This record gives sequence, structure tokens and C-alpha cells, in this order.
Amino acid sequence: MGKKLLLEHDNVPGIQGYDVYRQMGGYASVEKALKTMNPNAVVEEVKKSGLRGRGGAGFPTGMKWSFLAKPDGVPRHLVCNADESEPGTFKDRYLMSRIPHLLVEGMITSSFALGANTSYIYIRGEYYYIVRILEKAIAEAYAHGWLGKNILGTGYNLDLYVQVGGGAYICGEETALLESLEGKRGNPRIKPPFPAVKGLWERPTVVNNVETIAAVVPIVNNGGDAYAAIGVGKSTGTKLISASGHLNKPGVYEIELGLPVEEFIYSEEYCGGIRNGRELKAVVAGGSSVPILPKHLILNTAAGEPRLMSYESLADGGFVTGTMMGSGGFIAMDDTTSIVKNLYTFTRFYHHESCGQCSPCREGTAWMEKVLHKILDGHGTLADVDLLWDLQKNIEGKTICPLGEAAAWPVAAAIRHFRTEFEEFVKNPTRIKDVKHYYRLNNLPEPVM
Amino acid sequence: MPKVTIDGRTIEVPEGTTILQAARMVGPEVAPPAMCYYTKLNTSGGYCRTCIVKVAQGSEKDPRPMPKPVPSCRTMVMDGMVVENETSPEIVEARKGVVEFLLANHPLDCPVCDQAGECHLQDLSYEHGSAKSRYEFDRRTFDKIDIGPYVQLHMTRCIMCYRCVKVAEQITDGRVHGVINRGDHAEISTYVEQAIDNDFSGNVIDVCPVGALTDKTFRFKSRVWFTKPVDAHRDCTTCSGKVVLWYQGEEVLRVTGRKDQWGEVEEFICNECRFEKKKTSDWTIEGVRTIDRHSVISQGKYARDLEIPAHTKKKLIK
Repeated sequence: MGKKLLLEHDNVPGIQGYDVYRQMGGYASVEKALKTMNPNAVVEEVKKSGLRGRGGAGFPTGMKWSFLAKPDGVPRHLVCNADESEPGTFKDRYLMSRIPHLLVEGMITSSFALGANTSYIYIRGEYYYIVRILEKAIAEAYAHGWLGKNILGTGYNLDLYVQVGGGAYICGEETALLESLEGKRGNPRIKPPFPAVKGLWERPTVVNNVETIAAVVPIVNNGGDAYAAIGVGKSTGTKLISASGHLNKPGVYEIELGLPVEEFIYSEEYCGGIRNGRELKAVVAGGSSVPILPKHLILNTAAGEPRLMSYESLADGGFVTGTMMGSGGFIAMDDTTSIVKNLYTFTRFYHHESCGQCSPCREGTAWMEKVLHKILDGHGTLADVDLLWDLQKNIEGKTICPLGEAAAWPVAAAIRHFRTEFEEFVKNPTRIKDVKHYYRLNNLPEPVM
Repeated sequence: MPKVTIDGRTIEVPEGTTILQAARMVGPEVAPPAMCYYTKLNTSGGYCRTCIVKVAQGSEKDPRPMPKPVPSCRTMVMDGMVVENETSPEIVEARKGVVEFLLANHPLDCPVCDQAGECHLQDLSYEHGSAKSRYEFDRRTFDKIDIGPYVQLHMTRCIMCYRCVKVAEQITDGRVHGVINRGDHAEISTYVEQAIDNDFSGNVIDVCPVGALTDKTFRFKSRVWFTKPVDAHRDCTTCSGKVVLWYQGEEVLRVTGRKDQWGEVEEFICNECRFEKKKTSDWTIEGVRTIDRHSVISQGKYARDLEIPAHTKKKLIK
């Protein structure tokens, strides 16, 4: 059984409420940080812990915090990015709806470390029911003196607000999130300047993922070294993985980083193998934007070593034979899955969510969707597959924000690893047009149409 | 002052200069094309991605190259920076890709478009694009919208450079238009087709790099290369009054701001000068405007003294 830090008290009844949470040792990190530590000491602990951003990029959190500009007389802000919209990722939703006080506690401790007196939780519009849960938790924290003026008599003030977004994927990009928080259209800003220098209302700002902020709580409670002892290499601590797809037991799991992928998929403790005893075909390891990997490459690296759930091991082999940890949206697909159809779904999503600011992403995502639709309809040619390859290459690295890349990588990986499947679509148009083919292939009863 | 090397040519520029501005100082042969950047509009640029360059050396202190192509219009130069533009095959290739994206949804209606001849997208696709498009799907189309009595918006031709939005934000007071919708459905709009009504709204026509925003007093009157540009000025209480008059015969067909070598106006002009003063008697004529040789407008116009070959001269004298 792996060690659990965030979801330790997940199953305690009433953990959503303040009293039970406090009984289980909640808000200890706030007491410890505010009474016995100074802000720099908290940042040092986070640095020591080796915690890396859990939102997708995996940037060391301690480093990000130490980059925060501290000009005199200018307020600083901490913003929690709860705009979790990546297809396949639902860990923050679980965490916030089950243990909302953990996020509130993490926000208080982190704000103290950064010297922020006004902090925000930016949550996506679709999570409206979590807004109520969070607001209740914040009201309880205010009532018990954890928020507001002069917290614990230390003279530290903090106000925490929940801001609801309009439900756009692009607002999960940190600068677009800040624009949206300022009340503008959620378009990513051109960097530099980075938010650490000029963020919310041109003030130094740190934007962190929900899970990153929650992880600050055990780091302050147990010390950075204890956190760093968990995990493997530079991937320290635990990570929430939202497993979905053709698994026997999909759901949110807290794993120690360094767990072998094979164990995660097949052991009874975690996902419990593939649905209906079928064969695993491919895995998208970190949310829809990371490259898809076929079975032989997700279980083992190209060098033949077992692949681990860690930032380094998943990225082993670059994008040719590797993938990324991403946000931890683990999508497993069995052998009944059509990679082309799956790719179309992803591409349609990115087309829908592109903000339309820069031309490669605006035009490219729409174009890729149209080409894929054409191939799916059985009108594709081999030249269309090459065109798709060219389009993703022309988008990647040429956009303002990472959304362009997030749209390009799945296309690149699908063609790289499953080109034969695309050719299958192109070469057998009549069979593709026959919608019942899928059911016959998988020995399923044909639907009445 | 930082020194920057662009395509092998070194120049010293003031602190805070962007790569694009530095390249323009070196000369037009190394300057990257720019569709959305406009010197006189703050925060413009960074959207179209045609001006991307490769930074082979970040600076003297930190010589690491930048991992991705950067937009030269929004990237400041550092001392000792080495930039590759036309000399980098990958940039030439990448720019070709960007041009293809820009043209993907752009209609091929140049023969009936008023911007033809002074369209930046035409120049761009001629210089950096490929002859054929691989886009085979229906292009997005929009209905034409009248924004105010003088300006027509034809979104179908728009490349979303955001220049007109910046004009509305920075030059006029009380911005009434912006961007609605998202992705390739995004459009410039006044949302409820509210008229743009203020003294400087006509400048959106000058900053538009394509034919999306056109002058309703000039639409379908002529082609730009049939008209004759003449510098003129008048005493105007709202703007500088320095304009270019475009003549066909004795008639002033349109009035625009004075555009420099990069297609950017020197000074923004007011609507009264642009739309209402269309008689020669309203203006003090300064002289013929020199048009850049590469522009189609210079067709049939003599911007320099003719060198008549000696043998022809003889014949003429006879």
C-alpha cells in the first residue's frame, strides 16, 4: 500500500466539514508556519521537498516561488488554478469536493510564504457545485479565525476569494487565467513579462495548481526532507492520478511517484486491469495533450526498462518513444479502440477551445479537425495523413501559449505510433463507411438503426 | 547600448528595442514581415506569427539559443544577441507554414477587393508563401457589416491581427468594438452592430493589413494602382491634417494617412479629413508622394527620373 498524503483521510465521514477536518489534524500547517516559521523558511521547505507543479508542466514549485519579485509597497498575489479542464483529468475536482479544507489550508500557508494578503481560487464554471463547497469551507475558516485580519494573533492578514470562470479551457493557461480574473477576455498574454514579475493587475503573482497547493500542507507539517524521501529521483512525493478509460476500476488514485506503470494498470490496489479481460492497446498518460503511447512503450521504455510513473521515466525517449507526466489524466484504451476516432475527439476539443489569438493555433486546429473528419468519413487519402503531420509541425512551438502544442502533440504521436491505422482508414473507405463493422469486429450485437 | 547581429549584420540599438525594430534599422532585406505589429499601437504584435525569428544566441552573458522561434516584434534585444531570419532554413519553412495558415480561411477575392495593390497579405503570400494551398474545405464566411456611416467590415477577409481593436482602445475614446467568439469562429464585431461613431474611427481602415475594413466612400470606385497619390495638408483642429490624397483625373477618390516604408501611418488622421474633405480646394498640395518601388501602386508612375537609353534619345531628338 502506497503512502497517502493528500487523500489520507479521504474516507473519514464528514471530512468535508470543518470540525472533522480539524480533528484529523487539519490547519496544523497554518499554526506551524505562522507561529514558528518565517515566510522564507516555508519557501525553503518547499524547495527542499522537490515538489513540482502538478498542473502539467512539472516546474519546481520552490523555484517558482523564489522567482516572485518583491518590490516595496506593491501587493503580491497567490492564485490557485482550479480551472481543470484537460480531457481525462479530474483529480482537482475530487480533491476539492471531498476535502475542501485541504485546499483552503494550503492557500493560507502558501499565501503566508509568499507574503500575499489577497488570494484567489479561480475555478472553472462547470464546477459550480464545488464553488458552494469551497465557499462554505472558506466561511468556516473565517468563522474560526483562520482567515481575515490578524490570523492567530500573528498580525498576518489574508482574504481568500473564489472566482468562477466561464468554462473555457484556455483560462487554465496561467496568463489567460489572470486576464479572466481581471474581468477581461481570457486570452493568454505574451511572455515575458512573466506573472512572477507582472501578473494580476500588473503585480507579482504566483499561479499554482490545486494539487500543488494542497501538497504544501504535508510538506510544512512533516518537513521538506520527509516529502523528498517519497518518490524517485527528482520526482518526489505523491501524485493524484485520475485514471479513466477501459479499466476495471477507474477513479482518482494517490500514488507514490516511481510506481511502475504496469503495477498501476494491473494491480488490484489500483486500476485492476483492463475491462473485460481485454488487451491493452494504448495509454495517454497525462491528459489528452500528451503524446499517446502504444502498449509496448508505455509498459517499458525503448531501452527495455520498466516505465515508472514519474516525470523522468515517462519522458524517457523524448517524444519519439516517450510521453509526459502532464496533469495525471491517465486514459487507458483497450484493443477495441480506434486511435483515429479518439484523435478526432481530442482535435475537435482543441479546435473548440482555441482562443483564436495567434494564427497557427486558430487556423491549424480547425484544419486538423477537418482533415481528420474527412479521413473518418472514408474520403481520406494518404496525402491527408502527410498533411496532418505537416500541420502539427507548423503549429508546434509557434504559438503564444501551450494550447497549440497541446493540440499538435497528440496528432504527432498518433501518426508516429499508429500510422498503419490511419492508412487502414484511407485504404478501406467502404469498410469505414459501414458503421456496423465496429460491432462485428468486436463480437458485439449489432444495434438496430 | 546593446549590439545585436541579425542575419550576419551587426547593429547597435537603444535599450528596449525589439528585434523587429532593430532589423528594420538594418534594412528591409533583413526585416521580418509583420502583419499584426504596428509601431504606434501599444501591445500590438505577437498574434500573426509571421515575424518569428530564430535566436541562435540569447545574449553575451547567456549565450544559450532560445528553444523555440520567437516573435521578433515582442522580443527585446539583448547585448550580444544573434538572430537568424532569412538565413535560417527552418524559419523560412516555418514562415511558409504560418502564411499557409493565414491564407487557409482568406478568400481569393483579390480581383474585387479594394485593398488589392496595397494589401500586406498579398505581399506576404507572394514573398513567403507557396503558390498552391493545401486547404480544400469551405472557408468561413460572414455577412458584411456596416460599422458607422463610413466604414464597412467584411470579416471574411479578416486575419485577426487585432490592430483595429488596439486603435479603438488607444486612439478613440469609448471603445465600442472588440473580438467576440473563440478560435476560428472569432470575429471583430460591435456585437449589436452599434455604429462606431467618433472622430478617429476611420483609422481602423488604415491599420487593417487586408481588405476587412474598407472605406465606404471609396469602395468599388477604382483600383489603387489607377489612382495617383499626392501629399497634402490642411489646418485641422482635431488632427495634424497631413494626408495623402488619391486622385483619379481631377477627382479625389479617397484620403488616407501617410504610410511609411513599412505600411504604417506616420500620423493618425481624423474622420473629417478622411471622409468629408474630398475637394482639391480643401487642401494645400505639397507634391507627388513617392511610392515604394516594390508596390504595385508604383506601376505606371515615375517615382524617379527616367533614364532614356542613348539610341532612343537620338531617335526622339530626331
